[in-house]
Amino acid sequence: MTEKIFTKEEWLGAMEGLKEFYKIFGPVKDGDFHTFMPLNGEKKPDFDYGNSRLSPKSIIYPESERMFEYSLDETEDDAHIVKESPKDYSPCAVVGIRPCDAHAFQIVKRNFDSPEYQDPWWTQHFESATLVGLGCNAPCSTCFCTQVGGDPFNEEGLDVLLFDLGDRFLVKAVTDKGEAFLEKTAGGSAADDGVLKAAEDLKQPAREKITAAVPTDRLKEKVTTELFDAPFWEEVAFACLNCGTCTYLCPTCWCFDIQDEVQGKQGDRIRNWDSCMFPLFSLHGSGHNPRDNKVQRVRQRFMHKLKYYVDKYQNGVQCSGCGRCVRYCPVNIDIREVCKLMNDFA
Amino acid sequence: MLKYTEKIRETAKRLLAEEKVDVFIGYQKGSVPMMNEPLLVNHPDKVDQLYWDNFCGLNLCNYLTKRTDKIGIIANGCNSRNIVTHITENQIKRDQLYIVGIPCEGMIDHRAVARAVKHKEILDIKQEGSTFVVKGDDFEETFEKQKFLQTNCAVCTHRNPVIYDEMLGDPVEEQTGVTPYADVEKIEAMDPEKKQGFFTRLISRCIRCYACRNACPLCYCPTCFVDESEPQWVGKSIDPTDTMTFHFLRAYHCAGRCTDCGACERVCPMGISMRQFTKKLNKDTEALFSWEAGLDSEKRPPLDVYRPDDYNDFIK
Repeated sequence: MTEKIFTKEEWLGAMEGLKEFYKIFGPVKDGDFHTFMPLNGEKKPDFDYGNSRLSPKSIIYPESERMFEYSLDETEDDAHIVKESPKDYSPCAVVGIRPCDAHAFQIVKRNFDSPEYQDPWWTQHFESATLVGLGCNAPCSTCFCTQVGGDPFNEEGLDVLLFDLGDRFLVKAVTDKGEAFLEKTAGGSAADDGVLKAAEDLKQPAREKITAAVPTDRLKEKVTTELFDAPFWEEVAFACLNCGTCTYLCPTCWCFDIQDEVQGKQGDRIRNWDSCMFPLFSLHGSGHNPRDNKVQRVRQRFMHKLKYYVDKYQNGVQCSGCGRCVRYCPVNIDIREVCKLMNDFA
Repeated sequence: MLKYTEKIRETAKRLLAEEKVDVFIGYQKGSVPMMNEPLLVNHPDKVDQLYWDNFCGLNLCNYLTKRTDKIGIIANGCNSRNIVTHITENQIKRDQLYIVGIPCEGMIDHRAVARAVKHKEILDIKQEGSTFVVKGDDFEETFEKQKFLQTNCAVCTHRNPVIYDEMLGDPVEEQTGVTPYADVEKIEAMDPEKKQGFFTRLISRCIRCYACRNACPLCYCPTCFVDESEPQWVGKSIDPTDTMTFHFLRAYHCAGRCTDCGACERVCPMGISMRQFTKKLNKDTEALFSWEAGLDSEKRPPLDVYRPDDYNDFIK
């Protein structure tokens, strides 16, 4: 696979040239934080960043996506016929995505693209995207990717990986898709051994910055019903506001709700992100709500991520260790601590 | 402010041991800097988890709603005003509460601190007198607390609890000469088009997580209007009209009730200043009804009374 070295200026210039082939998303400074946005003349990427406030999941899985549309105008031949709404699957590249967020797409893929079921929209958006990752030289104190199967320089789920060498980027293709991206990227020069070593040397210090111990090794052996009835849920949930911050900022939360919206005679069927923190999420048509209080809802979120997912997919936990929920939970409910409680529960 | 931690622990221990309360609600130190977690303590042996510093900006009154036990609770100025509102609105009974008052000198705005250190990661923060020291991997900076108050605290004129059973310190001097509504007046001066643009931009980042609503002690409806499904009043997508409807209606539901505790802004993951809505209503209730919420549990709020001798003609 190709490895090339670019000065940072050269790289920004190359991004401009790539717009001919891809819609390019990058981290853009947006007030107090960074947001992945389509890069255009006005929006310039800023690769000197920690991570985006919202995960880039919305590029593949929009917060609100029109699935179908229909007409209620009975003078039209196709009245009441539900038709798929046009979607944009033109190639896009997500440049500067952190390895944890790319790993998160792999976690989510097990749900949206399983051997039995394939979500047509998620899979097509995902296929159209080239993920150009940026290795983490300085993970945050709230990061714990190494504890959940990731790494600050994890290549799994990425097509290209960038190493930040100060004034230059080492750009490494990881997949054929990444190789195609790099072929279209103008400029750069061959990386010599010195550069490759400098990039390799970034890895260990970055790993050592992650000090949180979040053991997940015993989650699988727990009896689900015992964990479900564990005495700590009440205490874990006390402070919870039941807002959607954790689930909406999370790169691995995938739940949605489908709504019909009609304006005049034009109807749209829209899928929106939903959150297990909301009472409406589990409200039945009968009026019964099986998760009627917040303790049940908080338990559901953690059981789904750290037990049901573990048992169902036999492939780790439904968490990539990005630390967003730890940093931005308004009441400081810390998944690292809850995971420890669950893993240690006897 | 830090001196209160020990006093809170002692008081909670005594109240629980003497069975004056079943539970005690306060804060514990958070796992990340500038963040504390609301905590319920139900045994005298557990009081050492209780903690108090300049980042106790969440409104604890939120955790009182419809509880049936006897509760000890910490209350600074704004929290005590929400307790009064809760009593007035029958969400809790006065005799269920043992209110431990704390004179408050304002909470620190975590976003302002992050900005001041250019968003470098903060690993530790310590108060030293009227200043505080912020430490990160490769920096250490000292700031003056007064300049970093939450914007609601900077204009607060009710720092001392208005209702309590016991006070943990001497009352602090109330701020005078503050201009709480300078920002509202700026918006009032805009023409309708400009106003629309201002509010549209204000909420453009909203992700409809409802953290603002859920952190607000006034929002205790069993089912919020945005969660109603039969009929459904508001669309669920991130269509700007629906998002605007949510913010406007939420604010109007708080008219004459908001104590400007700032919990809504504090919790917003997107940093939206939704107090711009509620402050306008606070300003109006002050001007029209000489009313500030939560100062007196004997008085009915202006928007829930009818008086035959009302001085407004339109209501007769």
